[in-house]
Amino acid sequence: MSWTKKILRVNLTEGTCTPEPLNMEWANDYLGQRGLATKYLVEETDPTVDPLSPENKLIMATGPLTGTMASTGGRYSVITKGPLTGAIACSNSGGFIGNEFKNAGWDMIIFEGKSPSPVYLYIENDLAELRPADDLWGKSAWEADEMLHKIHQNPELKIAVIGRTAENGCLFSGVINDLHRAAGRSGVGTVMASKNLKAVAVYGTQGVDSLDNPEAFDKAVADGKEVLAENAVTGEGLPTYGTQVLMNVINSVGGLPARNMRDVGFEGAEHISGEAMHEPRPSDGKPNLTTNGACFGCTIACGRISTIDKTHFSIRDKADQKQYQGASGGLEYEAAWALGADTGVDDLDALTYVNFVCNEDGFDPISFGCTVAAAMELFEAGKITTEDTGGIELKFGSAEALVAVTEQLVSGEGIGPDIALGSKRLCEKYGEPDLSMSVKGLEFPAYDPRGFQGIGLNYATSNRGACHVRGYTIASEVLGIPVKTEQTDTDGKPELVKAFQDATALVDSAGICLFTTFAWGMENIAPQIDAACEGDWSVERCLEVGERIWNMERIYNNAAGFTADDDTLPKRLLKEAIKSGPTAGQVNRLGEMLPKYYEIRGWTPEGVPTSETLARLGLD
Amino acid sequence: MKMYLELYASLMPLLPPGNSRFRREIKVADNATVQDVIDAYKIPADLAHIVLLNGKFVCDDRQQCKLNPGDVLSIWPPVAGG
Repeated sequence: MSWTKKILRVNLTEGTCTPEPLNMEWANDYLGQRGLATKYLVEETDPTVDPLSPENKLIMATGPLTGTMASTGGRYSVITKGPLTGAIACSNSGGFIGNEFKNAGWDMIIFEGKSPSPVYLYIENDLAELRPADDLWGKSAWEADEMLHKIHQNPELKIAVIGRTAENGCLFSGVINDLHRAAGRSGVGTVMASKNLKAVAVYGTQGVDSLDNPEAFDKAVADGKEVLAENAVTGEGLPTYGTQVLMNVINSVGGLPARNMRDVGFEGAEHISGEAMHEPRPSDGKPNLTTNGACFGCTIACGRISTIDKTHFSIRDKADQKQYQGASGGLEYEAAWALGADTGVDDLDALTYVNFVCNEDGFDPISFGCTVAAAMELFEAGKITTEDTGGIELKFGSAEALVAVTEQLVSGEGIGPDIALGSKRLCEKYGEPDLSMSVKGLEFPAYDPRGFQGIGLNYATSNRGACHVRGYTIASEVLGIPVKTEQTDTDGKPELVKAFQDATALVDSAGICLFTTFAWGMENIAPQIDAACEGDWSVERCLEVGERIWNMERIYNNAAGFTADDDTLPKRLLKEAIKSGPTAGQVNRLGEMLPKYYEIRGWTPEGVPTSETLARLGLD
Repeated sequence: MKMYLELYASLMPLLPPGNSRFRREIKVADNATVQDVIDAYKIPADLAHIVLLNGKFVCDDRQQCKLNPGDVLSIWPPVAGG
């Protein structure tokens, strides 16, 4: 099996780092990464634990394909109980640190307790120890990354680190690795900060050499790469235009939310689209997009590397801040939507600057953009005033306001501490809870549930709140992958959502990127897992493991206090019809889909897995 | 009759000269179909992947799908995101 079969348990309270064997029985049932780490969390913590208390645990986990030659095989996840939602949290990241954990000989790291003072974990192969991080605390993720590279004088050192927003308690802080990749959603970075853990720095030289059947693995991997290369989406569409190509697509089909989801359709969409990122700008003749980039082992290379116009207001007075002057991680579709369409801002350079800051200080651009959008609606309603904002006219469409609020979030000034709460708590504080566009406290991604019925059901039932990458039915409802379904139909959507959710849980547990599934089906993925791991990993077993993981997460959330009442959408999306465009008149018809979804999941009408379901999945 | 053609992503170079980023006003025969426009602008069949008429998907027979004055026909190659 492509496991090192070794995990590291880090007790931050005691300051100890202890190796222990990987529980292979659990690996057989939950595969790795998301599934396996969640199993450890379920077994070792109380679901009612305060997410920011020492009793919560934080797990960094790889999958069996992480660090192998499988395409995109560099993923890792951060698993914990999330502070933004109180639900299970699992955030997945690419870059180059996941494979480095494997190279150093570790499948997983479990952090428990809380350090009495700031520390970072240093790993060099078998060596693992906590070191003081007093000098790193208070620094941005980018500064801390640079300092750690200088301390260790090793350019190959891979670093996962939190920024200042996490230290300040911002509830949607992530963990940044390789400067601009992120375990971004659900506040996993906030949990890391609560433990006084600033960073993990890892260097390994061992590689993955424990494949179950190397010959079969080479073939399965080569076959998979050929499929990716020949597929028009993964072979050409994603590397050229990245995820941002969706901006105009989603706007055209009547599914792009705007201005805190008050509207559907954004008149400025084309100015912040993937196509716009390719256009030379007047000031220097260069486009926003500098190049594309790839994570470890990836043969798709969808990443955006961008440069901000030096004459743009966001950075023209920051010549001494070199981090904004060169190329860095650029806009992906979700960030461009949340920071742009949802705030009504169509200034591409402003969005790119804010995206840089999200990476620099490690916070989720989706939750941030949506929370600013909610604050803008509260401002326009007179609930938030310039007294609250430190003088900022927080109006929809103002790029200057967006940039100023971003800087306030990092500095902790003005409205920054309120924004740091996320939209749910912000809107409750200002007396308008219905203005929070979130599910279970997690803000929406860039697809309006009124325009796409299936994604609405997925958002409502997603175990980590409103998340598109728990069951990306847009692939079917818009892109025709694997088959086209009508976006405004509810028929067949419960089955579609369940299928996507279960398959995604498996992919997230394997160590590969979800984007492979634009070309790969489970028939392409299962042979790679089967050749890497002991035992028979058929398509059927993979899907069963995915379903088991989904149900395990559900049981955890139910034990944490969630009920069927939480499987819902904001009133706006259930009651206020889309005003114009090709989807005019639509609301999300969740009530038509949810009972059927529970039924095919084998859950009671109250959303609880039945004893038969638990027995079938081995969860009893 | 006059209508509008929108080509996106890698199809943009197939647009005739004009000022708009993606959209051109074009003239087509009164009985023209979606497929007629795809052919007239030499859009390769495998690259006419997402085809929208006034924001609605044209999924079935493009040769039977008649156009009307003022229609907006939007076309993308195979793309994805998330």
